[in-house]
Amino acid sequence: MEACTTGAREIIGHQMTVSEVMVEVEQDIIFYDQSGGGVTFSGGEPLMQPEFLLAVLNQCQAQQIHTALDTSCYAEPKILETVSERTDLFLCDLKHMDNEIHERFTGVGNNLILDNIRRLSEAGKEIVIRMPVIPGFNDEKANIEATGKFTASLQGVSRIDILPFNRGGKEKSARLTAESKPMQIETPGEEEMNSIAMELSKYGFEVKIGG
Amino acid sequence: MNERVAKLRKQSVETKPYISTERAELLTEFYKSDIPQRESVPVCRALLLKYVMENKTICINEGELIVGERGPAPKATPTYPELCCHTMEDLHILNSRERTPFVVTEEVRKIYSERIIPFWTGKTMREKLFGAMDPKWHQAFNAGVFTEFMEQRAPGHAILDDKIYHKGMLDFKRDIAEHQKKLDYFNDRLAYEKNQEYRAMSICADAVIIFAQRYADKAKELAQEESDAVRRSELERIAEVCLYVPANAPRNFWEALQSYWFVHLSVITELNTWDSFNPGRLDQHLLPFYEKGLEEETLTPEQAKELLQCFWIKFNNQPAPPKVGVTEEQSGTYVDFALINTGGLKPADGSNAVNEISYMILDVVEEMRLPQPSSCVQISKKNPYRFLKRACEVVRTGFGQPSVFNTDVIIKEMLQDGKNMIDARTGGPSGCVTISSFGKESCTLTGYINWPKIFELACNNGVDPNSSEQVGPQSGEARKFDSYQQLMDAYKEQLRYFIDLKIRANNIIERLYANYMPAPFMSILMDDCIARGLDYHNGGPRYNPTYIQGVGIGTTTDALTAVKYNVFEQQNITMDELLTAMQANFEGYERLQQRLLYRTPKYGNDDDYADSIAEELFNAYYDFLNGRPNTKGGKYRVNLLPTTVHIYFGSVVGALPNGRKAGEPVSEGISPTQGSDTKGPTAVFKSTARIDHARTGGTLLNMKFNPDVLAGDGLDKLAHLIRSYFKLDGHHVQFNVIGAETLRKAQQNPERYRDLIVRVAGFSDYFVDVGRDLQNEIIARTEQQSL
Repeated sequence: MEACTTGAREIIGHQMTVSEVMVEVEQDIIFYDQSGGGVTFSGGEPLMQPEFLLAVLNQCQAQQIHTALDTSCYAEPKILETVSERTDLFLCDLKHMDNEIHERFTGVGNNLILDNIRRLSEAGKEIVIRMPVIPGFNDEKANIEATGKFTASLQGVSRIDILPFNRGGKEKSARLTAESKPMQIETPGEEEMNSIAMELSKYGFEVKIGG
Repeated sequence: MNERVAKLRKQSVETKPYISTERAELLTEFYKSDIPQRESVPVCRALLLKYVMENKTICINEGELIVGERGPAPKATPTYPELCCHTMEDLHILNSRERTPFVVTEEVRKIYSERIIPFWTGKTMREKLFGAMDPKWHQAFNAGVFTEFMEQRAPGHAILDDKIYHKGMLDFKRDIAEHQKKLDYFNDRLAYEKNQEYRAMSICADAVIIFAQRYADKAKELAQEESDAVRRSELERIAEVCLYVPANAPRNFWEALQSYWFVHLSVITELNTWDSFNPGRLDQHLLPFYEKGLEEETLTPEQAKELLQCFWIKFNNQPAPPKVGVTEEQSGTYVDFALINTGGLKPADGSNAVNEISYMILDVVEEMRLPQPSSCVQISKKNPYRFLKRACEVVRTGFGQPSVFNTDVIIKEMLQDGKNMIDARTGGPSGCVTISSFGKESCTLTGYINWPKIFELACNNGVDPNSSEQVGPQSGEARKFDSYQQLMDAYKEQLRYFIDLKIRANNIIERLYANYMPAPFMSILMDDCIARGLDYHNGGPRYNPTYIQGVGIGTTTDALTAVKYNVFEQQNITMDELLTAMQANFEGYERLQQRLLYRTPKYGNDDDYADSIAEELFNAYYDFLNGRPNTKGGKYRVNLLPTTVHIYFGSVVGALPNGRKAGEPVSEGISPTQGSDTKGPTAVFKSTARIDHARTGGTLLNMKFNPDVLAGDGLDKLAHLIRSYFKLDGHHVQFNVIGAETLRKAQQNPERYRDLIVRVAGFSDYFVDVGRDLQNEIIARTEQQSL
């Protein structure tokens, strides 16, 4: 960014090699040791770059650094299986329990996603279910119930995080394209989040708002 | 808090500090008498204390349980013209300045111009001190290379241990008399001097007993006039307490607090000590009285808490006496650096010292929300997580207290200084962050040294660009340097020169205080002054280190890093071009300035490129200073803290190679340069831990968090961060939990943010009271957006 003399514009993200990533990761080992924390792979979708992900995961495993994968679970089961052998914790998105609605809003159905989560569960992985609460899309009672039931059928789920929809994407979309689409969705209120949390906790999990 | 405490707190917060001439008048009357001609210096000082204690106004405020003021009333601030005497202009500025003003009435002005100034001109310690310094010292002092604490205040920085809870003034008098009897006039050439010191100590003990007695009398008098039966019995109790302590060792919780408070007032009346006295490990001292009270059913937890709250208010009623030679823009502070310690380890066996009172004190700190006294928690790996988390909770309320200290590294620092293990565990931080063994040490902080200024002089062959004077040695023409090492060597040559200049001066100043301004009352309180027969200022204490505080490691590191990276490695600019751009204050060189600011490695980002230079700078400072002898049998040691001097130091330094423009503040403590740490708090901790804290006597790290960051499990994250920093041997960290947005609003509408307290540097203060530059600087300190 030599061109911008004031430093007002910044580059978001840059390319890094596996060993460059590991240097940064290892710098914070003392903090992981204290807090029980570690590295979270997030995105985008980390499973879109499986070779790179596996390379970093291998190194983390060798260093006994805790790893977590924040994923949509929309991936080839084989890839997920290989990755899961090297990952301590899965943070699995669960946007909607209805296959058709899921397809209409995200472009893909949820069958593969649900199957993948089941596979992780059967493989004995620790799972946190993360559900974005988007008013008018997935906050109706039937979906909450279905989410609770599905989660209850799994083993290894330690918690459900419900994440109130935020408008953070608006600025991002404005940065990416000149024409920004008007967004009509409001952020869910505290009351609504509490009642969803209450409903889900009936299935016997710890429910956390935000996460 | 209950109604009583709320009322007393309101009075304390709302009363405007004002100058009282009571002490100055008593002092002047005393020195006009023939006593100073008849008596030795220590006895004269002791008789002065007695005279003041016999004649000063006694003040018992409505509803209060712990009694005693330094001045005639809350917020009445005495002066110490024997140390330094305010001019009429000083008084005018103090009265009119926008921030931290002191009300100066017409009457005060009159007394000063007619009696105080004429008498003290030419006789003050400040004048003696300046008169004893050589021209090169004055040149460096005026250039802003270093400051000198003792031109304004007496050496202090002593903290009390548990002795006053076991012994009363009458017991100390017996100890003094026993040692006096043992004086060996045949073999000890100092026997006469020691006898004078003993006489002085004994007179001081009497002075304090008389002072308390006068409070007892006043309370009795008020009780007789009191119509309310409840208050009458309280006043009778106050009379009983003041009659018993500090003459005797306290018998209960109430007497323990009151006894300390009389001792405190006497120390700060005897002299205006730099970094106010404080009770040290208060939770340790009070626990036995608390447990006894509960067991005997003479005390409830609520009563104990109320007494502590009343005690807190007494500290806040005593603003730090203002400096002399003040300017309109200068801010000063009302805070007198009394830092109450909780937590840590038990001295005797090194076990966890956290107790019920530790938690009660945190409750009091949270509820009282006062800038004085300051409070800190000592955290050892042996202390329970719950205690740290509770401290973090109070931190989250956002007024900068408590600060957090690493007991395990403090003990290492003490052992490195040659203390025994028990004394090491008896101590902790005082003032801002500097450690001492409580009740046994005079650790004198002598002033700050301006590393960025020294770097600037190294860039200019020792010539100060502000005055064109040759302030430092000729360390070479930097324009002609063809390696980074040459510049580093020039910096070290300058540094060594100024350290020598300052040590030489401090060794003189120490003798001035030993000879002219002894502190016989303080000497009663600090082991082993009585055993040695030597004054607090003359090597009486068991430990006597002298400190010079290094300031600006962040800025100096970034400046050197920028030269190394851009001139000698990337070679995108020559030394000549860089110095020319600095001379122009980067005007017309904005592109270059941007590169220096944003595309050059910086300290504070866990980047070895810059951090290794910080390490080298610390080691150079340590090697030149640590272990050199002072005049009191002690040694020089290093600590890294700024209080507020980084604003002044910045104002005398021109543009630097890190892109900093002329006059901007330099970095504070060991914190990175304001706004240059972009990798988050873990990187800041890793970088600052490159300094070997265990070899220092204290380092200061400031961090600022947005309140949102610490909501929910943010508290655990904060606690883990602190523990991690302490595993890296970090000495201290303190937090401002305030959004920059809030601070900007407060700057625009100060009247609406009167109660906004921020952590400044080693202490908290009202945001609206600190100078505008310092306000801007606090805003600029990187706001940590996420953990």
